[in-house]
Amino acid sequence: MTDLTPLRRADRRQPVRNLSRRGFLGAASGALFLGISLRIEPAAAQARAEGPAAVAPKPGTRVAAFLEIRPDSSVRLLSPFVEGGQGINTGLAQTIGEELDLDPARFTVECAPPGPDYAVVNGLRMTGGSFSTRSSFEAMRRLGATAREMMLRAAAAKLAVPQDSLTTADGRVVHAASGRSLGYGELAAAALALQPRDDVKLKDPKAFRWIGKPVARLDMRDKSTGRAVYGIDIRLPGMLHAAVQHAPHLGTEPEAIANEAEIRAMPGVQAVQRLPGAVAVVADTWWRARKGAEALQVTWSKPAPDGIATVSAGFSSAAMLAALKGATEPGIPAEQAGDPDAAFKGAAKVVAAEYDAPYLAHAQLEPPSAVASFTPDGSLDLWLPNQMPELFQQIAAKTAGLQPDQVRIHSPMLGGFFGRHFYYGPANPFPQAILLAKALGKPVRVLWSREEEFGMDALRPLSFARFRAALGADGMPVALETTAVGEGPIGRWFGALFKSPVDSSVVEGLDQKPYAIPNRKLSYVKVPHPVTIAFWRSVGHSMNDYFYESFLDEIAQAGGQDPFALRLALLKDSPRHRTLLQAVADLAGGWKPGPFQAADGTRRARGVSMASPFGSETATIAEVSLKDGEARVHDLWIAIDPGSVVNPAIVKRQVESAAALGLSSTLLEQVVYEGGQRLARNFDAYPILDRDRMPRVHVAIVESGAPMGGIGEPGLPGVPPAVVNAVALLTGQRLRSLPLAKAHLSGA
Amino acid sequence: MFQLTINARRYAVEAEPDTPLLFVLRDSLGLTGTKYGCGIGQCGACTVLLDGAATRSCQIPLESVGTQAITTIEAIEQDPVGAKVVAAWVGIEVPQCGYCQSGQVMAATSLLKQTPKPSEADIAGAMTNLCRCGTYNAIAAAVRQAAA
Repeated sequence: MTDLTPLRRADRRQPVRNLSRRGFLGAASGALFLGISLRIEPAAAQARAEGPAAVAPKPGTRVAAFLEIRPDSSVRLLSPFVEGGQGINTGLAQTIGEELDLDPARFTVECAPPGPDYAVVNGLRMTGGSFSTRSSFEAMRRLGATAREMMLRAAAAKLAVPQDSLTTADGRVVHAASGRSLGYGELAAAALALQPRDDVKLKDPKAFRWIGKPVARLDMRDKSTGRAVYGIDIRLPGMLHAAVQHAPHLGTEPEAIANEAEIRAMPGVQAVQRLPGAVAVVADTWWRARKGAEALQVTWSKPAPDGIATVSAGFSSAAMLAALKGATEPGIPAEQAGDPDAAFKGAAKVVAAEYDAPYLAHAQLEPPSAVASFTPDGSLDLWLPNQMPELFQQIAAKTAGLQPDQVRIHSPMLGGFFGRHFYYGPANPFPQAILLAKALGKPVRVLWSREEEFGMDALRPLSFARFRAALGADGMPVALETTAVGEGPIGRWFGALFKSPVDSSVVEGLDQKPYAIPNRKLSYVKVPHPVTIAFWRSVGHSMNDYFYESFLDEIAQAGGQDPFALRLALLKDSPRHRTLLQAVADLAGGWKPGPFQAADGTRRARGVSMASPFGSETATIAEVSLKDGEARVHDLWIAIDPGSVVNPAIVKRQVESAAALGLSSTLLEQVVYEGGQRLARNFDAYPILDRDRMPRVHVAIVESGAPMGGIGEPGLPGVPPAVVNAVALLTGQRLRSLPLAKAHLSGA
Repeated sequence: MFQLTINARRYAVEAEPDTPLLFVLRDSLGLTGTKYGCGIGQCGACTVLLDGAATRSCQIPLESVGTQAITTIEAIEQDPVGAKVVAAWVGIEVPQCGYCQSGQVMAATSLLKQTPKPSEADIAGAMTNLCRCGTYNAIAAAVRQAAA
């Protein structure tokens, strides 16, 4: 297997901690999630075998499972991944088309049903962790090359000429000597019946026509004309619509409904149904169902009166943060180097600080929904937004009382995901759809209103870290002690997989830094959250790079160093990072921290940061001014080194998109609990970045040739610290708690 | 029974008078290109044209539509300005996840029908729909291109 080289290399860099997602994906072909086996039994799913020798296929190799070549030589690609804006459909078409010799524009791409062929992320299947391209790139190239060889072989037989006398030209096999040619569409039936070879040669990258080029995205016209179909758009004949009212406190149950008869008598209402932690109203249209659900007068069981063990009547995000801050035990070592204790004893100066970041909602614009439909034979069709079809198939089967192969998972395009569509227990509507469809004997669509979504969404965990640094007489840091307190989604949802107690999603961004600080100690203190927690675009990096890179600026200030110069000095052992840091400075017209007067008269400053998320490296500079006590971000310059890229145009837009979300979280976002309930139930109370606050974003791609890294998430983590570092220069205020909207900023 | 004119076609709709136009379009008539995002007029994913003006359809009860002509994303390319907007959206590759883009295209079309050569302030004033993917810069570039 050469396709996972980047992952393996990442593993080799982790002598202390071997349980990051990189590590876990490197060792998880028979993984256990939530006690459910994802081991895929190939024999049971071998309906479309290629020839007599087809047994357990190596994922990503069975051409017929991926490619349907139509008579006009266009291709329908069944993708292992789900498209949610990241451009993976186009990237796959480029990658396969390159080796198949077929214009990517002739591909249509759909998310494949569950099946062993699609477990191309090192034996697993998921769309997440910025893994899609880097994990499957070699396998998908090979798939295209294998398919092309089958076309050549089929054509050689048909034309009765030696195979090596044939070439291909964009969807045709050509016999130059005789001037004859055959389209892939004409050859498809014969070619796909052949046994694929496993030794085809891949193209020389120098000859790439589409890989590495800004090929046009495949989904632009449908998405610009309303024709793209999302989960929320699925309609079945005879389908009923359900709206729900969830328990006000997570974990409580409906006890009595005072006005059930009245609700049942409302126009179009077919049923009022109790569900775990919710009551549903089912009607002939969703609006009627929703009016019913909102009018329900439900008495709920009582939550615990107080504490953070559950979402109690007294639970609050402030109490949770206090609990994180109050956890002062030494914790479990996650990373250690040198002799920090000795270094602190000999320090000329010691700096210490505490940082926190709030719960965050995904706030993807498509509210979650699911459609469940049982067929007369008792099997189930389920349409739902998801990032992991096989996992949802297993859980849906359990919910429905079926075997997994009796559940057909349909994975529509996602109206934004950002980590929203993994399995998060009560944060997923599909079990409700299954239970209602089963109870009513009709197809049922469950759609959560925006208010229910803000109430039930799984959250980026509220997070806290404590830092202490020792500085030498020259102002350079000689030791760093970091303690991360809390709980992360890896531990919560994939905990059964790990033997080690350190949660990688709590410490990523604090560990494996490129800086030459000789004495280091990183510890993890687990404090579980009672709320549903989630992966959120860039996961632990979303807060930890803010914590670390802000504190690094505090170190610079305490040591009398320029923040850019300090980073450059600390990167003395890493030419890759030095190059990248210089690249972002060049992109920004040179490093100038300010404060300075801009052409429009505003007083501005710039902050810098670096991050190493998901196998890629980033360097970020933000230019900020103040207006009415708020930070205004004018420009973001981001240099990203993902090793190499498939589509630079998509990469730049993804980096810009991630940066926008990072800025949104820096300036505005927080989910606040009081009295055991979330305060914000819609965008009026949970503002997200709007056009008025969107800065210019300048992206430079640096292709160092290092193993391919991720793209969807890495643009985000550098933004909060770059902005906050600029604010500190402008105001003298070091903001150690996000979002900035909590503080009134004033110029120094 | 309400009579609606949508994309130059007549529809008869049976629904409660307070039903938001958004859900009439999506659920009664199957015009699912118009999206539900927030239901409180904050995000703009549900934007349609009423007599040519961008309107958040989640805020329009069925009974208040009256005789106003409704244009939805499904027919936007039949409008010459709308066709230019779509061409710019595709050419500049505005969408990421795409979920908000029906509403963005409608808002842009409305702007350019009323103000064919918008200033930056006009664009900022008219293009207020939310985009969680942060495509705002590409949206502004596409509006400028469609106006050129």
